[in-house]
Amino acid sequence: MYAEFLQFLLSGITVGATYGLVGLGFFIIYNASHVINFAQGEFVMIGGMTAVFLVDAGAPLPIAVVGAVLAAIFVGILLEKLAIEPARKSADVVTLIIITIGASIFLRGLAQVVWDKDFHSLPAFSGEEPINIFGAVIVPQYLWIMGGAAVIVAALWYFFNKVPMGKAMTATAYNPLAARLVGIRVKTVMMLGFGLAGMLGAIAGILIAPIAFTSYEAGIMLGLKGFCALILGGLSTGRAVIIGGIIVGVAEALGAGYLSSEYKDAIAFIIILLVLIFMPQGLFGKKGADRV
Amino acid sequence: MTWLFNPRTGGLLVLAAVIALLPSILPNSFYFDIAIRVGLNAMVCIGLNLLIGYAGQISLGHAGFIGLGAYGSAILTGQFEWAPLTAMFFTAAMVALLAFFLGRPILKLKGHFLAMGTLGLGIIISIVLNTEAKWTGGPDGTMVNPLTLGSYEVYGEQVWYWVVGGVLLVSVWVALNIIESPIGRALRALHTSEVAAETCGVDVARYKLLIFVVSAVYASLAGSLLAHYGGFVTPVDADFLKSVELVTMVVLGGMASVYGAVIGAAILTVLPQLLTAFEDFEHMVLGLILMLTVIFLPKGLLPSLVARLKRKPKAEEVA
Repeated sequence: MYAEFLQFLLSGITVGATYGLVGLGFFIIYNASHVINFAQGEFVMIGGMTAVFLVDAGAPLPIAVVGAVLAAIFVGILLEKLAIEPARKSADVVTLIIITIGASIFLRGLAQVVWDKDFHSLPAFSGEEPINIFGAVIVPQYLWIMGGAAVIVAALWYFFNKVPMGKAMTATAYNPLAARLVGIRVKTVMMLGFGLAGMLGAIAGILIAPIAFTSYEAGIMLGLKGFCALILGGLSTGRAVIIGGIIVGVAEALGAGYLSSEYKDAIAFIIILLVLIFMPQGLFGKKGADRV
Repeated sequence: MTWLFNPRTGGLLVLAAVIALLPSILPNSFYFDIAIRVGLNAMVCIGLNLLIGYAGQISLGHAGFIGLGAYGSAILTGQFEWAPLTAMFFTAAMVALLAFFLGRPILKLKGHFLAMGTLGLGIIISIVLNTEAKWTGGPDGTMVNPLTLGSYEVYGEQVWYWVVGGVLLVSVWVALNIIESPIGRALRALHTSEVAAETCGVDVARYKLLIFVVSAVYASLAGSLLAHYGGFVTPVDADFLKSVELVTMVVLGGMASVYGAVIGAAILTVLPQLLTAFEDFEHMVLGLILMLTVIFLPKGLLPSLVARLKRKPKAEEVA
């Protein structure tokens, strides 16, 4: 009974950590440019698929991981340069949402041409030997995912609070005009934001590829769940996004375990609807007044 | 030329003429089939455009309402042996009720939160349709009885063409009348600024909800017709990508333009047929079209075209 609960909890936290990473990608782009990037899930897919195909081509895992992350960063920067920047002046929420949706359909189509439509899996980073924790059984990859997420969050905190370029991004998020007045290149910040989001997406995609199959379509659900994490966190802080992701992951795992595995994917969206209806600003968001 | 640009006289006449003359150039039933699908998609888009284009509220879940309409008709006529028209209108009424109760809290949201809310609603509907196999047949879908009016059975592409053509004309006419009525003015006002509209005495929440319900009913009716026409319905008709496709049609044709929605639906329904030879590239091309339109023609095809013809770039005047 207790072991079962722990099992669900651990797998929920693990999957939730990847939702959180995807959500952080959304969050960084949102902060840099006030765009919700619906192509965020495609970064996850590109990361996972590139790594799979590099490994298949004979590359050692670390090289494949680096290659996959670089590929996603490259795609992120291209997306910003070619699709977002030309349209930013219209700055209408609907318009920008639609551009990124178009980009995600395009990237998915591209992936199915460049690679294939099959399901793939990455070998586990350090074996499949199960680990027993108080009766719950997990594979080592779970530790990689949780550890990876923790390292990334720490690194991002350091970057945004201590490194000048990161501080410039934080400043731009608060007030783009003021940031420009003190000499921050807002265009560079935006480009960097998309690159970072590509990196986070790719890392999430690579970390989860050994325990979940990846395919050209894998980005849709992961992207949407990451968006859930973001909205649950209320677009407020990076920490809230990660917590939002873990809440979504745990709720999903518990729901699938105790209620109905068929409705697993629905659980995230039911939570998000309830939260939006009763707490329109998310769990951690501040109640703001609209400026007219 | 001005009468031609008056949507309620010239526009409707042109559309009627196109619908009447099109069969003479359609070579076989394959093309009739495409035309029928254009008509049904156009119907959904006209409703969706009232919401997105006029009221400025995005919905990423409208395919869910198509699915509910389609499955409502399928289940009521199949398992309960209701008459198709009764089933169709009862389903539409139920969808309206659902949209009414869910729309109230969801439409309080703005921007990204609204996109998430409607997206979640659509995905939940699609998952339910996929899962409740006892009623819906699950992912494999279910058979649908043919559309009958009394003892007459609507059968064959040629007959269906006229049915859908007629329904489309009525849909356009109703939408144009809504836009020209005080409701339409209220919608445009709240699109520009909800606070300003509220200050002028417009009940913003009520009008947003009203148009959300109307657009859901449009989608439900089109879904019912689609189910009867195809004789088969699967959850694919209700999934997230279908919702995205609908939004694309509206944006491509032109937001806040009823005929634009029709044109957008026509292009994006016909295009995949033309691209079947390059099936693998279909998604790439669709995504590219979507991005390029929004970047270079943010007002959409028809309003941009009309603005150029009139040499007065005021898209607001185009309905």
